[in-house]
Amino acid sequence: MARKIPEINAGSMADIAFLLLIFWLVTTTMDTDTGILRRLPPPPVDNVKPPDVKVRNVFNVLVNKSDRLFVDGKVGDIKTLRNQTKEFLSNVGNLETLPEKKIENIPGLGPYPISKGIISLKNDRGTSYDMYIQVQNELTAAINELRNELSKQKFGKKFEDLSSKTEIDAIQKAVPMSISEAEPENIGGK
Amino acid sequence: MARFKKEGSKELPAISTSSMPDIIFLMLCFFMMTTSTREVTLKVRIKPPEATEVQKLEKKALVSYIYLGPPILNKLGNESRIQLNDSFQTLAAIPEFILAEREARDEADRQQLTTSLKVDKEVKMGIVTDVKQELRKVGAFKINYSTPKKAVKRND
Repeated sequence: MARKIPEINAGSMADIAFLLLIFWLVTTTMDTDTGILRRLPPPPVDNVKPPDVKVRNVFNVLVNKSDRLFVDGKVGDIKTLRNQTKEFLSNVGNLETLPEKKIENIPGLGPYPISKGIISLKNDRGTSYDMYIQVQNELTAAINELRNELSKQKFGKKFEDLSSKTEIDAIQKAVPMSISEAEPENIGGK
Repeated sequence: MARFKKEGSKELPAISTSSMPDIIFLMLCFFMMTTSTREVTLKVRIKPPEATEVQKLEKKALVSYIYLGPPILNKLGNESRIQLNDSFQTLAAIPEFILAEREARDEADRQQLTTSLKVDKEVKMGIVTDVKQELRKVGAFKINYSTPKKAVKRND
């Protein structure tokens, strides 16, 4: 007589599958890459001279091979770099020594004095990448803070919270990301 | 007279849960398909510096990576090396690499191709500058210095 084999209980199968699913979700890291975005300039053309820029419009940042800073002719510090950059770019008091401004009509903002200031960053071949990123970070932070201030003043929101394209474009135009990197030169050796 | 209903005949039949594992397995398979795993095995040690002002890279399919750092294997020395895809390369191989990456993308997307530099903290700027010069020559202007976000409180 054939005995009936009792059915195997498959009720826990779902639990096992769930466990697998959760294990997978926990172990896979969705590694979203973050970083500082930059746009490289096109290679220099030999017979075209770079445009002359007035001294007052240039903010020199030099980093030497022992990661020391030289900011606008004086020994600088990474901690004060952000504020120095902001001061330079905003030129609140319209000083003679700080960059000129050019009033331009920006759609969505109206006439706004755009600073003509350019940050010139130069580093040595021996500078560590860590220091370079810290400097880039401070310069970006200064620009971002200026953008935030303007955005709050005009639109009542932070720059990163803006959603309309015209507003974003207006702020980007009013506070341009004007960081220029010098053509590499071997100053201090390897 | 009074008719009594039979007990239990109205009870709802239990919903069959036997297809539940199948559904979950389907979900599992879906997740496994959609998550992209890292394709290259790193041969250089990369401990990127941290920064606060980071942006997210939007289209992952349009990013090509260049790795710079000291080799993981100690016997290969301590000097920073360039890794493209799965092997060590020299500077001269970068234009070719970028062209190949461009070739692999749709015509319409080629302009938006970003090069993400994954560089170790300790690397000197000399080699980074050389890489950047190569990228400029070949016209890959959009770059990204890959850095994780530093957790700091901001006073605003």
